[in-house]
Amino acid sequence: MTTAVTISLNVNGERVEASVLPRLNLADFLRDHLKLTGTHVGCEHGVCGACTVRVNGDIVRSCLLLAVQMHHATVETIEGLSDSGEIADLQSAFRERNALQCGFCTPGMLMAAQDLLKQSPCPDREQIREHLSGNYCRCTGYQAIIDAIETTARARTGRLP
Amino acid sequence: MTSTQANPETLSALDRPNSYIGKTVPRPNLDRLMQGRGLYVSDMELPRMAHVVFLRSPHAHAKINGIDASAAKQMPGVIAVVSGKELSTVITPWVGVLSHLKGLKSAPQSAIAVDRVCWQGEAVAAVVAISRALAEDAAELVSVDYEELDAVTDMRTALDPATAVIHVSLGDNLAFERNHDAGAVDQAFAESDEVVEAEFVFGRHTGVTLEPRAVVADWNAAEARLTIYQGTQAPHMVQNIAAVHLGLKESQVRVVCKDVGGSFGIKVHIYADEMATYALSKLLRRPVKFVADRVESFNTDIHARDHRCKGKIGVKRDGTITAFEIDDLTGIGPYSMYPRTSAIEANQVVNLVGGPYVTRNYRARARVVFQNKNVMCQYRAVGHPIACSVTEGLVDLAAMKIGMDPIEIRRRNLIADDAYPCASPSGLRFEQLSHHAALAKLVKMMDYDALRAEQTALRAKNIHRGIGIASFIEVTNPSAAFYGVGGAKISSQDGVAVRLDAQGSVICQTSITEQGQGSESLTAQIVGSVLGVSMDRVRVILGDTDNTPYGGGTWASRGAGIGGEAALQATKVLRNNILDVAAAVLQSTPGELDIVNNGVVDAVDGTPRIDLSELARIVYFRPDTLPPGIQPEFMATRHFVPREYPFAFTNGVQGSWLEIDTDTGFVKLLKHWVVEDCGTIINPQLVDEQIRGGVVQGLGAALFEKCVYDERGQLTNANMADYLVPMSGEMPDIDVGHVVSPTLESELGAKGAGEAGTAGAAAAVTNAVNDALRPFGTIITEIPLTPQVILTALGRI
Repeated sequence: MTTAVTISLNVNGERVEASVLPRLNLADFLRDHLKLTGTHVGCEHGVCGACTVRVNGDIVRSCLLLAVQMHHATVETIEGLSDSGEIADLQSAFRERNALQCGFCTPGMLMAAQDLLKQSPCPDREQIREHLSGNYCRCTGYQAIIDAIETTARARTGRLP
Repeated sequence: MTSTQANPETLSALDRPNSYIGKTVPRPNLDRLMQGRGLYVSDMELPRMAHVVFLRSPHAHAKINGIDASAAKQMPGVIAVVSGKELSTVITPWVGVLSHLKGLKSAPQSAIAVDRVCWQGEAVAAVVAISRALAEDAAELVSVDYEELDAVTDMRTALDPATAVIHVSLGDNLAFERNHDAGAVDQAFAESDEVVEAEFVFGRHTGVTLEPRAVVADWNAAEARLTIYQGTQAPHMVQNIAAVHLGLKESQVRVVCKDVGGSFGIKVHIYADEMATYALSKLLRRPVKFVADRVESFNTDIHARDHRCKGKIGVKRDGTITAFEIDDLTGIGPYSMYPRTSAIEANQVVNLVGGPYVTRNYRARARVVFQNKNVMCQYRAVGHPIACSVTEGLVDLAAMKIGMDPIEIRRRNLIADDAYPCASPSGLRFEQLSHHAALAKLVKMMDYDALRAEQTALRAKNIHRGIGIASFIEVTNPSAAFYGVGGAKISSQDGVAVRLDAQGSVICQTSITEQGQGSESLTAQIVGSVLGVSMDRVRVILGDTDNTPYGGGTWASRGAGIGGEAALQATKVLRNNILDVAAAVLQSTPGELDIVNNGVVDAVDGTPRIDLSELARIVYFRPDTLPPGIQPEFMATRHFVPREYPFAFTNGVQGSWLEIDTDTGFVKLLKHWVVEDCGTIINPQLVDEQIRGGVVQGLGAALFEKCVYDERGQLTNANMADYLVPMSGEMPDIDVGHVVSPTLESELGAKGAGEAGTAGAAAAVTNAVNDALRPFGTIITEIPLTPQVILTALGRI
């Protein structure tokens, strides 16, 4: 298992061909090989959520997946979601509410929040808190993040704050 | 023209038109972080950069008989395997003591252990390779011959004659002891109607910054200069320490601090492995990167708290508190940390116990002992949660004993709001606090009486809810009294340079640092307000010893109060300089002019006179058109340090409302309130978020966080799955209110707000838990309040 494997995948809309060792995880592949450093590594064992990315439409912990598993997959990172404008309103709400301090958890937090809002357009605060329970933040105490997501949900569904 | 308006210079920055001070404005440059385009040290790469992995001791205490790295050195991609002895040719050891902490002792500590390891996780060798993965592979091939030694793990027996002495040259395991005796304690207890005692136990926990510690050290042999990229709160301190121990001049060391993924005091220290990384870069003449993995973080990031504190309070039937007495014991690991030392927390406990209250009778002893566990040192709200939990726990026990409501006993004993300036029994000087105003506000915000009624009603239904109150004081804006007087080269002053550039934009360099608190924002708010320019014109540069004034950085709740005042004063000078030139150009006088909305205007009626960009164009490109003799100075620098008070104390009070499931022992936090007084509020949103974040770290300590060591000194939960931190699902909403008592030490009037939340959260929760458990006749004085602790107290397990 020390021979490099060729993989072909789509990352943020770009076709990527790469030769990777079987042991390389997706987070390290994104960060070290593709220089997509917005995907952060906080715990390297699937607990903190800082490395959350979207694979084939679902959010995953990129530290728990191997790069070789990404053959023919579509991977979206925070850089992709930012450039496409998909989460511009969410990012704006985070800015207005100061829903980030050091910012290290924020890419993963935004990924998880967007996932929730796609599944459930009108979540209440308890549902938001529950959905984010796999994403640690050590700075904010979470309340500002919950507020920002709640504000975005209301705006997207045309409800007044 | 005669101006009837007051000279703008007599207006404070708060009063100026279009001031940003006191307003919620979004922090600049958040998009970078939200788009994943920040630059954390863990993201950095440099040409020829190598990666270091440290081989760490599996034993808490062992002799190193030999290291065989021959197989590792043969691996392709491995650049070097370096032992502690080999590295000692490049970097000297250190001893973490300060002269003002009398009697504090510690032993020399090396960047990598030489001959002996003293805690599980201490580095024994550095493996440097072209990638981290290869370095980790090679580390597995290094064999170390250890001879295990007796490990000292229990702080309670560390001073027993039968216990092994960790550093023989020190004579015993006592690092530091402080005794304090004020007033007439024995007499006060004798005259009390009731005396209550308890032992308070605090779990050892740690900061868990989401980005682990990271450093890239780049020794350029041709320049004879070391550039250190590090997520640090105190760049100039790192510069000094690196230079001292590598035998360099400070001018040969540059420290650059980009984005930092959480700090909380974890990143205000200098760790042995970071020192080793600097030294390895010098030794190998190339950039070397170290990023701790999560297991290493748990084993080597400083731990904190881990106190056992016996407390005693005397009270009269009318609620008068007569005296406090404490006996505090804490274990700090095998070395006092460098350069801030590991005696500060216990020292703070002695300083702070009883601090909010009137009584002058106070006796304290604190002992700090060595053990074979990871090092302990300053973490957010140093000592405050211990002192607050002990004090507020005792006050509640006293209230319970005499049958008085917790609010009422505090009303009768908190220092009156009109009693200032005054001093605490431990000699702390208070300029102006507002305990009673804060308590009154909290009672209103909580709707205290309604909560009590709800509690009573629910008890009848076998639902057990509790209310906990905790008043606190917080040390902020420290002067040289903290470190400088003890000989540490840690600056207590900060500097700001501010300049107007050619297109009328403003560049501001400050020595405070940013780890997400909002240092950049508050600086831009102050500069923009005082100068009269919009914030988007102000660019703030921080975290670079080559490119900022010299200063302390951001820690101990000092950034806004000290760095903010330096920004205010520097900007006032720049403003005057600009108005001098504008007056010359406009054939007016500075007193007749003002700067508003990026332009010079008539002070009397706001008529626009000249845009700053136009003035800057003339100054920089057509100075030949200025009147004779004018030499414009569009850059100004000012430094600030508090001189009157050693610390600007703040105060506040927290309230907790929670429910206990007496079958499972789980605590559900329903709501949390904080009222605090940090003086002038520069940005209400940033202050509130500092409070909330701080509270949640305190709630972590109260309910979840604990580094669990076994009797052999093995950390048994060194990963994020087993070491629990607060998650969004279990945290309550937190309401924050303010009382504003500006400090008169500075024009700005700001005190710190970064640690107030952490200071009192655990005390409020513990008091609420005991309030909820009152029908069961049990008292808990131990955190974290895990289900096991609660069920044990209830006799269920």
